[in-house]
Amino acid sequence: MDTAVAADAVLIKQHLIDPEICIRCNTCEATCPVGAITHDERNYVVRADVCNQCMACIAPCPTGSIDNWRTMPKARAYAIEAQLLWDELPPELTADQLAAEGVAPDAVVAVQAEPVLAVKPEAANGEAPFNSAAYGATVPPWSAAHAYTNLFGPKTPTTATVVGNVNCTEAGFHNQTHHIVLDFGAIPFPVLEGQSIGVVPPGVDALGRPHVARQYSVASPRNGERPGYNNVSLTVKRVTEDHQGRAVRGVASNYLCDLKVGDTVQVIGPFGQSFLMPNHPRSHIVMVCTGTGSAPMRAMTEWRRRLRKSGKFEGGKLMLFFGARTREELPYFGPLTSLPKDFIDINLAFSRTPGQPRKYVQDLMHERAVDLAPLLADPNAHFYVCGLKAMEEGVLLALRDAASGSGLDWEEVAGSLKREGRLHLETY
Amino acid sequence: MAIDYSQKIPNNVQLADDRTLQRALEQWQPNFIQWWDDVGPDESAKLDVYLRTATSVDPQGWAHFDYVKMRDYRWGIFLNPAEADRKIHFGDHLGEAAWQDVPGEHRANLRRIIVTQGDTEPASVEQQRHLGLTAPSLYDLRNLFQVNVEEGRHLWAMVYLLQKYFGRDGREEAGALLERTSGDENNPRILGAFNEKTPDWLAFFMFTYFTDRDGKFQLAALSESAFDPLARTTKFMLTEEAHHMFVGESGVSRVLQRTAQVMNELRTDDPGKVRAAGAIDLATLQRYLNFHYSVTIDLFGADQSSNAATFYSSGLKGRFEEGKRSDDHVLKGQTYKVLEVQNGQLVEKDVPMLNALNEVLRDDFIKDSVAGVGRWNKVLDKAGLPQRLVVPHKAFNRKIGALAGIRMSPEGRVVGDDEWKAHEAEWLPSAADRAFVGSLMGRVVEPGKFAGWIAPPAVGINRQPVDFEYVRFG
Repeated sequence: MDTAVAADAVLIKQHLIDPEICIRCNTCEATCPVGAITHDERNYVVRADVCNQCMACIAPCPTGSIDNWRTMPKARAYAIEAQLLWDELPPELTADQLAAEGVAPDAVVAVQAEPVLAVKPEAANGEAPFNSAAYGATVPPWSAAHAYTNLFGPKTPTTATVVGNVNCTEAGFHNQTHHIVLDFGAIPFPVLEGQSIGVVPPGVDALGRPHVARQYSVASPRNGERPGYNNVSLTVKRVTEDHQGRAVRGVASNYLCDLKVGDTVQVIGPFGQSFLMPNHPRSHIVMVCTGTGSAPMRAMTEWRRRLRKSGKFEGGKLMLFFGARTREELPYFGPLTSLPKDFIDINLAFSRTPGQPRKYVQDLMHERAVDLAPLLADPNAHFYVCGLKAMEEGVLLALRDAASGSGLDWEEVAGSLKREGRLHLETY
Repeated sequence: MAIDYSQKIPNNVQLADDRTLQRALEQWQPNFIQWWDDVGPDESAKLDVYLRTATSVDPQGWAHFDYVKMRDYRWGIFLNPAEADRKIHFGDHLGEAAWQDVPGEHRANLRRIIVTQGDTEPASVEQQRHLGLTAPSLYDLRNLFQVNVEEGRHLWAMVYLLQKYFGRDGREEAGALLERTSGDENNPRILGAFNEKTPDWLAFFMFTYFTDRDGKFQLAALSESAFDPLARTTKFMLTEEAHHMFVGESGVSRVLQRTAQVMNELRTDDPGKVRAAGAIDLATLQRYLNFHYSVTIDLFGADQSSNAATFYSSGLKGRFEEGKRSDDHVLKGQTYKVLEVQNGQLVEKDVPMLNALNEVLRDDFIKDSVAGVGRWNKVLDKAGLPQRLVVPHKAFNRKIGALAGIRMSPEGRVVGDDEWKAHEAEWLPSAADRAFVGSLMGRVVEPGKFAGWIAPPAVGINRQPVDFEYVRFG
């Protein structure tokens, strides 16, 4: 068994071609000395098991689309069948997702030769850059419940029925975020707080291929959005522009936000086995999130709230740092602010309130450094970060400053956080 | 005077050992530089341009990037590595050994094919010579110049074949390639599309997308040739041609991206408002597309051609990806459908396949072009816009073949003169369209800055950032 796990956990730098930049000129396929590159009418793709990373195709590519690499467990390398369906490259797997594939946190990428051309110039300055993603744990807290994963795959999705769909912000169409409740009826679909599910939008894309599934963290606790029911909730922001502010109509998010009660959706999952909450009754939880990154935080908070109500809780602390552009765009603002102060310590940061200086979650964390430091040192405290990739580094630097500000050795603290499954990062 | 040929003219054709070829090139080279100075890129002599130079045909030597003055560009002569015991794989000579020299009976036809291909290379440099003065960014200026020097190298490649294999008349044809001039009334370039103006950058992007793609298909067909030096030369040229099509495809794509952004910001699809905001409206883009597409598909020649049949059967020119096809590679007794107009209606008729090989290549080109237009439409789709670009009907605006001169709507409906006149300005770029696009053209030379009608590219050249100083003004 050990060897099987080890084989799964071998990492490769998988060579991929960016379908958004490639012009399908065939130069790479004609150049490749080992026949690793092939194509159909839609995409040019690289066979991971054939490519020997000789780099012969890199220089002749006229577009630069050829020079893309993803760290992947060898066993889960993207097959050409999947690549042929892509409209864009998938993001790098997070440490958490890699962990879910059985990759040890200190796993080393197995490559014949490190792709020289893929090295970014800034890495050559001799100074190791601060790599926030490296601090994320790949194991769950010791007291976490066991997570079920991959009960329904892309080839065998299950069906859920929409039983609720409301805008959970006070924002208008372009910035609204929906709280969507899906019911699984009699189909078993056990999910824990912090896990995610995949939704497959119906129909086909512009080229007639089925859409790929989009992943969403569940926003409801383990016993259902409505306690005792087989349902989950999702927090879905309607995507009307991309990260650069260009107009884009997100296929899955608009599909979900437009669903009516009674509609059915195709669902796969559950996914994730390390971003899980501690069950230990005296454990503390520090949550840092932006926007829809609040979904797992809502799930954990709600589970703690239900436990507290039933008297089964012994007073672990909850601390929340929550950022949004404005108060109106903050999901669940109303319900959140009505939670008792002795239950949860809420810190809200708004980066676009007119007439106010921009405030980010890491700014609030710096202000609360004195309170964060003891939690960093406490083996019963767990940290969760979820939201936009851009905040990850700032949040980690704030934790580092909080540690060193109170005389803790950050690298030592970070080492135990990672080893003990106490710091979890989920950014996109 | 001793010249280090491998330094001055990078090559893999043993130029240093070939005195005859050296003498021919020594005579031709000063005329080439003179031609470059006279009708090459305007006001470019002092610029240091971040260019890619091929110094050998292997992947390591393929792409050497550095700042060079274009006049000092090292135009090399490269043939793809030889394939041992290569056999002719189509036509009447199927199965025989490929020719390492020109067979006497095919000499005239081969020379004609090489001259026709060679003539297009300097022609496009001439057509594009003023564009450097209105480049929308340093990145684009560099791409234009890269295209220009590579067209120059393609000329060298054809001249090499003429001088090496065609004796005295080959040398004369090589000279004449520098004497004809695009658009010259008395001594024009051979093919129509290469006498059209490339007056603005939208035309340049459309040209590199469509017309250089014709180049791709012609070169691909020649890379199947039984005449091995031609096959190997054109195979290497294809790798460079890919860059030209990249410039076109990404160029139009970036124009679309900017237009879509403006349409979304203003929440309008009114061409007037889009124009007022300094972007190019979709209707104008469609008209440019209609023009360049129709002019380019004429380049494939008449839909029925006995020359095409001869070229194929005698092994001079194959089909696109001949080697990947699984028919008999002789094509005798087979038929192909071509279009003609009967009683005011377009009808298909079966003609002998061998005579229809121009049409076969044209249809392969159309398939390839349409796929790229689909990728352009993804830009609109991603921006949430319902509009789409389409290629016009194959019979639209044709000047060559059975469909020449027929009045046809872009959808493929035969129309009368009155209807044509009433709609011509909706279907093809008008003088007013060209004047408008021309009015947007202004030079942008600050690194990382782009003219308002075009979006920046997704990535830079050779992993350099987008705001890299791709051209230095000395």
